[in-house]
Amino acid sequence: MSFLKKSPWVLHYAATSCNGCDIELLACLTPLYDVERFGIVNTGNPKHADIFLVTGSVNEESRKVVENLYAQMPDPKVVVAIGACALSGGIFKDAYNVYGGIDKVIPVDVYVPGCAARPESIIDGVVQALDILEQRAKDRKRQRKMVAV
Amino acid sequence: MKPYAWSLGFAFILLGPVVGALLAGIDRRLTARMQARKGPPILQPVYDVLKLFEKDTLVVTPLQTLYLWGFLFFMVVSGFILFLGSDLLLSLFALTVSGIFLCLAAYATNSPFSNIGSSRELMLMMAYEPMLILVPLGFFLVTDSFRVSDIVSGSPWQVIQLAGILIGFLFMLTIKLRKSPFDLSSSHHGHQELVKGITTDLSGSDLAIVEIGHWYENSILLGWLYLFFAPWGPWIALPITVVLFFAEVLVDNTNARLTWSSTLKASWLVTVVFGVTNLALLPFIS
Repeated sequence: MSFLKKSPWVLHYAATSCNGCDIELLACLTPLYDVERFGIVNTGNPKHADIFLVTGSVNEESRKVVENLYAQMPDPKVVVAIGACALSGGIFKDAYNVYGGIDKVIPVDVYVPGCAARPESIIDGVVQALDILEQRAKDRKRQRKMVAV
Repeated sequence: MKPYAWSLGFAFILLGPVVGALLAGIDRRLTARMQARKGPPILQPVYDVLKLFEKDTLVVTPLQTLYLWGFLFFMVVSGFILFLGSDLLLSLFALTVSGIFLCLAAYATNSPFSNIGSSRELMLMMAYEPMLILVPLGFFLVTDSFRVSDIVSGSPWQVIQLAGILIGFLFMLTIKLRKSPFDLSSSHHGHQELVKGITTDLSGSDLAIVEIGHWYENSILLGWLYLFFAPWGPWIALPITVVLFFAEVLVDNTNARLTWSSTLKASWLVTVVFGVTNLALLPFIS
């Protein structure tokens, strides 16, 4: 049993979101949903984060930030893309400056659809990400042992 | 030295972090309840630290880990001296050295956020240190000894005689526990302007060391607070201490963060008005 499942700290970044999904995401932290009861804390710091929550589509400006934040997160880590724009670019897909979904720049593990994604589905997405995170933690532990030998 | 004192000292090394972690867990639950939330399990701080050991540690500079071990070591030394019933001044100095090590660790990493965090932490030390020095001084004037064992078996009136110093100490406790309105350097919540302050560049097992250090610090500060009421015996003193300790959670949830300059002014004002005045009046009330 990995303790990552008991205390996943999330990092939230709005790539080029309209803030609809961001509001729903932050609603998860409010008394109504209170995800802190599962130990989920919203850190503003990539070096403390386990789960990277990205909303909105990617353009050239946000690409650098998304890649940088992803690179700064210590392993094991997972990425959750939230909302139609983060999945595929959404209604901005054909815009000249938009690359598309988050998976164009970093590997995405869980896709949470919706415009905007509802808090319940965001929590569901994070719960699914936890299983992937636990698997990663096991793999990482094995890798460390092999390095030690 | 009596075997009882030694056992208390070693009990601190083993049980200090356990008590500190429980205090931190209850703190988080209470905070959540004050905000009409359910809140995490009481053992959440323990889960957090065990998780941090599963994570990779990003090493910005090898020095950071050395400094953090220094932070933890002197924290344990400070608590060991305190619970051994030994010199209170020495315990305070070890606590200060430990704080300096944490600042050094934050300065060693090059993140501007942790640099600003440790600058602010040094400023906070300037704010609370004069008042903390007055605490052993007050105890000395009342009991004629800096030894914790003498203070514990002192006069039951000492808390009345040292009322001003107690108020001052409670004020500084808010700073030491990194609570609002004095959580300038780092806090339990992400800052808008400072990310995570001192701990911004620390990750994995390094961050876990900081957390464990803070658990020890919780126990030490609880011990200091207990000293004021200690002559009344543990059955009366301990509940009062715990209630006062958790009153800090209420302060945390009802105050906005101050700037460093107003923090410095406020804490020195409290030091002079309550601490120094109390010391000056002590000859007349003892």
